[in-house]
Amino acid sequence: MATTRIGKKLKTIGFYAGAIALCVPPLFVFVWMILTGLKTGVQNISYPPEFIFVPTLENFRAVFEQYNFFHYLMNSLIIATLATVTSLLLGLPAAYSIAKYRQGRIGILILIARMLPFVSYLLPWYIIFRYLKLIDTYTALTISHLIITMPMVIWLMVSFFESMPAELEDAAMIDGCSRWQSFIRIVLPLMRNGIATSAIMSFIFSWNQFLFSLILSGPQTKTVPVAVYNFISYGKIDWAGIGAAATLIVLPVSIFAFFVRKSIVQGLTMGALKD
Amino acid sequence: MTTALSAVARYVDRRQRFFFPAPAVAVLFLIIVLPIAFNLYLMFTKWTVGLGEPRFIGWDNFVEIFGDERVWNGVKVMIYFSGASLALELFFGLMIALYFNRTFRGSEAVQAIYIIPFAATPVAVALIWRIMLNPEIGVINYLLTSIGLPPGLWVASPDTVIATLVMVDVWKWTPMITLIVLAGLKSLPHDPYEAARIDGCNALQIFWYITLPLIRPVLIAALMLRSLDNLKEFDMIYTITQGGPGIASETLYLYSYNVSFGFFKAGYGSALMVIVFLVVLVFNVLMNRLRRDASLV
Repeated sequence: MATTRIGKKLKTIGFYAGAIALCVPPLFVFVWMILTGLKTGVQNISYPPEFIFVPTLENFRAVFEQYNFFHYLMNSLIIATLATVTSLLLGLPAAYSIAKYRQGRIGILILIARMLPFVSYLLPWYIIFRYLKLIDTYTALTISHLIITMPMVIWLMVSFFESMPAELEDAAMIDGCSRWQSFIRIVLPLMRNGIATSAIMSFIFSWNQFLFSLILSGPQTKTVPVAVYNFISYGKIDWAGIGAAATLIVLPVSIFAFFVRKSIVQGLTMGALKD
Repeated sequence: MTTALSAVARYVDRRQRFFFPAPAVAVLFLIIVLPIAFNLYLMFTKWTVGLGEPRFIGWDNFVEIFGDERVWNGVKVMIYFSGASLALELFFGLMIALYFNRTFRGSEAVQAIYIIPFAATPVAVALIWRIMLNPEIGVINYLLTSIGLPPGLWVASPDTVIATLVMVDVWKWTPMITLIVLAGLKSLPHDPYEAARIDGCNALQIFWYITLPLIRPVLIAALMLRSLDNLKEFDMIYTITQGGPGIASETLYLYSYNVSFGFFKAGYGSALMVIVFLVVLVFNVLMNRLRRDASLV
């Protein structure tokens, strides 16, 4: 009797020790990021590092006023929104059809798209966009981000559509709806959770995208990952600015991720777990 | 007029299986297949972007690859980095998934915190790691020395740079493996566990003889998915080391980027990218075969 109670206690202790071990690495990096943004430049390069200090919001002001960070946040917001909306408009009917008619070959095209090195899209696109004088435009960046967001939206939605009972749609057809009408009026409203998840995932991956934006953007359309990266290319490294900017970039997507964490697996596995 | 329109509408409606995916497939074709065709042409040419026209040189780029020391260095770095990070992510991912598979009070909250790194913008968190890993003023060396451990050179030394990048990669991506494996664990059948308990197996035996064989296909699938991005890791390495010190952490993929956009050698860069693609493809074909065998067991 007594030994099982001790065993149970040890188990509980084990669980909470595990919980601490799992929470410390992510939290430490995040707290350090925020602290870096709240310290002055001098405090950031002092050794030993300061853990207790008077926080300043000066860096956040500087990031907006000197580095024009609001402009870059807007760029990221515009491009991620355009890429997500386009992916949904094209991807929703496609995913529906793939799920309904089992069009597996389109799936293979998408899998190859994921296997290819991104640089191998980038070089041709860079040459084409340069020729069309589209470097540093929202058009070029949105198109390049579609390479990532569209396959993601399609695969996510295929698995959501497959989980939908076919009877509902049949009922709509009997009521005299065309296929198109039943898709718009019956199917899509039923799928609103799935659509929201795909939209958020697509937004996160476009927001985080670095490589395409690094090459295809310019002063007008620079996105936040490229902007924060440039903080280290100005000769001296502005640690405080990086801390503040990184906080502004990471916080929105972390909050988004919190809401879709249950569906993330489907987005990642892209159906690979099903068979 | 209206009859003509409705006739068109009916025509489209009857051919839903063609017209629904058609726009997406057309766009995918344009943004994915077209550039690849362009690449396949460029890899047989010598061309510096902005200077003259591409000149056809046959297989010369591939001959050059064999004599290029940076290619072999890139292959070595890629094997070391990807081998170590994939193995560690798989191991920790499985262990942590087993941990989360048992619910306890507060496990939801722990999970929510644990998966933060996975969604965080790679460039932004990589920069924070770069600050923390600074050998002179970084907080990690401070914490190590304050508990009596020797400080490290981390990414400043060619000897430790890859191991350090592996550490950051494991920090960021183990949650992804965990989520996939956890989903797999939740869908395992109950019967074998019942039988094992009746037969008096202990926890280790149950893990080794039941859970591991059952979860193996999922583990391999997770490894495949992770490898798609890991073999082409760019953001983090580029942000923290840019392939340095020297070329100590320059993977084959990073080198192909440098050739294409540092030196603007489009032909040679395309040839290198084909090699990277083949590495990813071969790895995944092998893994897929392993997965098929595993699911037959």
